[in-house]
Amino acid sequence: MKNFLKITISLLIGIAGLFLIQRIFLPKYTKDVVEGSFIEEYYDDKPDHDVVFIGDCEVYENFSPVELWQKYGINSYIRGSAQQLIWQSYYLLEDTLKYEKPKVVVFNVLSMKYNEPQNEAYNRMSIEGMRWSMSKVNNINASMMEDEHFVEYVFPLLRYHSRWNDLTSDDFTYIFDTPHESFKGYYMRIDEKAASNVPEGPALTDYNFGENSYYYLDKITKLCKDNDIELILIKAPSLYPYWYDQWDKQMVDYAKEHDLTYINFLELTDEIGIDFEHDTYDGGLHLNLSGAIKLSDYFGQYIIDNTAVTDRRGEAELSAKWDKVIAEYNQEIENQKKEYNITD
Amino acid sequence: MLFASYEFIGFVLVLFALYYLVPKRCQWPLLLIASYVFYFLANPWYLVFITVTSLTVYGCGLWMGKIAATQKEYLSKNKENLSKEDKKTYKNQMKQKKWRVLLLGLLFNLGILAVIKYTNFTIYNINSLLHIFGSKARIGFIDILMPMGISFYTFQALSYLIDTYRGTVEPEKNVFKFALFVSFFPQLVQGPISRFGDLSKTLYSKHKFDGKNVAFGFQRILYGYFKKLVVADRMLIAVKAIIAAPENYQGAYVFVGMIFYALELYADFTGGIDITIGIAQVLGIEVTENFRRPFFSKNIKEYWNRWHITMGTWFTEYIFYPISVCKPMLKFSKFSRKHFGDVIGKRMPVYLASFVVWFATGIWHGASWNFIVWGLGNFVVIMISQELEPLYRKFHNRFHVDGHTSYKAFCVIRTFLLMSALRTFDCYRDVPLTFRMFGTIFTNWNWHILWDGSLLSLGLSLYDYIILAVCVVILTSVSLAGRTGSVREKLLKKPYPVRFVIFYGLLVCIIIFGAYGIGFDASQFIYNQF
Repeated sequence: MKNFLKITISLLIGIAGLFLIQRIFLPKYTKDVVEGSFIEEYYDDKPDHDVVFIGDCEVYENFSPVELWQKYGINSYIRGSAQQLIWQSYYLLEDTLKYEKPKVVVFNVLSMKYNEPQNEAYNRMSIEGMRWSMSKVNNINASMMEDEHFVEYVFPLLRYHSRWNDLTSDDFTYIFDTPHESFKGYYMRIDEKAASNVPEGPALTDYNFGENSYYYLDKITKLCKDNDIELILIKAPSLYPYWYDQWDKQMVDYAKEHDLTYINFLELTDEIGIDFEHDTYDGGLHLNLSGAIKLSDYFGQYIIDNTAVTDRRGEAELSAKWDKVIAEYNQEIENQKKEYNITD
Repeated sequence: MLFASYEFIGFVLVLFALYYLVPKRCQWPLLLIASYVFYFLANPWYLVFITVTSLTVYGCGLWMGKIAATQKEYLSKNKENLSKEDKKTYKNQMKQKKWRVLLLGLLFNLGILAVIKYTNFTIYNINSLLHIFGSKARIGFIDILMPMGISFYTFQALSYLIDTYRGTVEPEKNVFKFALFVSFFPQLVQGPISRFGDLSKTLYSKHKFDGKNVAFGFQRILYGYFKKLVVADRMLIAVKAIIAAPENYQGAYVFVGMIFYALELYADFTGGIDITIGIAQVLGIEVTENFRRPFFSKNIKEYWNRWHITMGTWFTEYIFYPISVCKPMLKFSKFSRKHFGDVIGKRMPVYLASFVVWFATGIWHGASWNFIVWGLGNFVVIMISQELEPLYRKFHNRFHVDGHTSYKAFCVIRTFLLMSALRTFDCYRDVPLTFRMFGTIFTNWNWHILWDGSLLSLGLSLYDYIILAVCVVILTSVSLAGRTGSVREKLLKKPYPVRFVIFYGLLVCIIIFGAYGIGFDASQFIYNQF
């Protein structure tokens, strides 16, 4: 009995110690690469969104849920992460549907170009923030590169152990909780870097999207249909990576075949009023706040006009929550103005 | 499946659980299945080779056992009828028969080893000769599959065969038990080379769960991983950098590389053996120790009695002694005494046998000239030491240094440096380059690199060097503590919280400071390739 107690206490102390060490070693994504924290932030939000965006940086940097709320009363959230691959979007959607059933799901189709896992760092940013479920397990299995191990997702300390000489005070300050870096999944940048000399995409040997990409697009479509959710496919108005006409045609055909809406915002930039001299912060890859507001204004009108989504600004509790987000959002604008030396 | 892989750790943990859950009579069959699964996962074709070796050696062993049994039966039946002379003649006849069976087993299995391991080396040498003699003809290299640990399991199987011939072990009747002896997975990869008489004592026994034994086993495994992942694989980064760019890293860098490689090899090989012995201990099986603090040796002969002990014993038992007492050698002994006098003549056969042993040791390590030169380098140093022995004795007597601590320390450091210098052949794997690089230690005077930050260009940060320094202190301390008995037994006498902190600290240290995962090369144990 004494031995049993001794071993049990030792195990508990041992496991608790390792857990604590693991928390310290996990990247906190509080500086520079803040995108790594977005996926986890979703679970802190009340899951009753009407619109959920899924996709890569072309959604979380180009659409502002705050603007959608302020202008149209649309309660939305972006579940996006850097270079989020299509199967990662699918499993994130599957995960989202465990908590809520939005009326509209918006999927950015750029990730159709990737048929295979691409990058371990992006995999981590997309997957690690997910809560454990079969969706996460399947996401890991679908995403792992050749030199990755499943066990390193289960015990991330095994992956991040070599950070021992890179640890900063943030790693200790935010052991258990990291500050929110996004605004309902939106990554804000207010600085400007005009798009100039955006290169044409190089000629490809094969313009057809891969089998794997279509497989998961089918799964997204089916998941939405099974849950009575309207799926809208979009191509965000980012000038680069280059979006080929041949790719666009495949999406047009797919949408037609499956009775879906597909909007290529690249063709609507004039109508939206995007000015790539001022509305982008990185030369056309992503929109800045000014561009995101324009795009959100345009798309919000579309959603209100064409879907079952309604204005919810009359809901007091929800409005109060949004007010808090808006205050932080406005504060961030002021902070960035100072950071980038921008005067109104 | 590398020892230092998640798959292997998972495999071993599942095996441990099953081992103590299945009925005890099923324990050794479970080990056989596990060993074959382990080998199958490495490459299904490997199973063909190990099965052939197991079956042929098993068959030859049984055959020799049958001959011995026939002899015994015949002699006991005809005890009264046979004269002493008849018995001797009969025994000789039977010995001849056994000899032929032994020879068959040896030639067949050494033949497999030779073909697999040395065909391309032979072709390389033939091509070199053709080149020297101006011929443009070349023989193409052959793509031959080299089963993991073939040198280890072949030598282990052949030790059984020779021991059976000598009558020191009884032939194993159960083919599956024998297959387990040859394939026991923890030692399949890099030894130790166990002898049947030793390993079989515990390999097939029924084992009850023994908490202390299991805890000791896990502690040893942990220490093995510490040596491998924290020390060896970290040093490997610097060693690789130095040997990959000989044009950039010369002089003191070569010296640093030489010391680092010696330490890396020690941590790698002894770490692997710790894991092997630890796994066996958790299973209740005793595996022969392979090291006894080799870096505390005061001369090279002592070093070889403490380093890779089972290999040294194998070569002594199965090559040195048989060669020393074989008929041609006895004739040579007579001849040399007659022509060179008693002093030199007496030594010449010993040196000849030693030469063969060291040549074999070299080529056993790898089919290339650097290993042969390394082996013969050891031979030369040992012979010179022996020849200079009277001179040393005079020096000791004259200056009364024998037994003096500082002189002992000098001898230990001298032996370490000598062994490390010889190991550079293994490091560069190119004989002329090794000589050239070694020469730069004396010609390229750049010792400032030791303190001006140049060592940071070898892929290790200052923190890495600090970790390595602390680790070397830990390894040295543990080795020193081991001189007066088992370190784990000593720790067992400490209060539980102290032990917990030590082993938990070791585990955390491995997890955090281990050179594994993405960003590090998953590294095989060095001795795997032998």
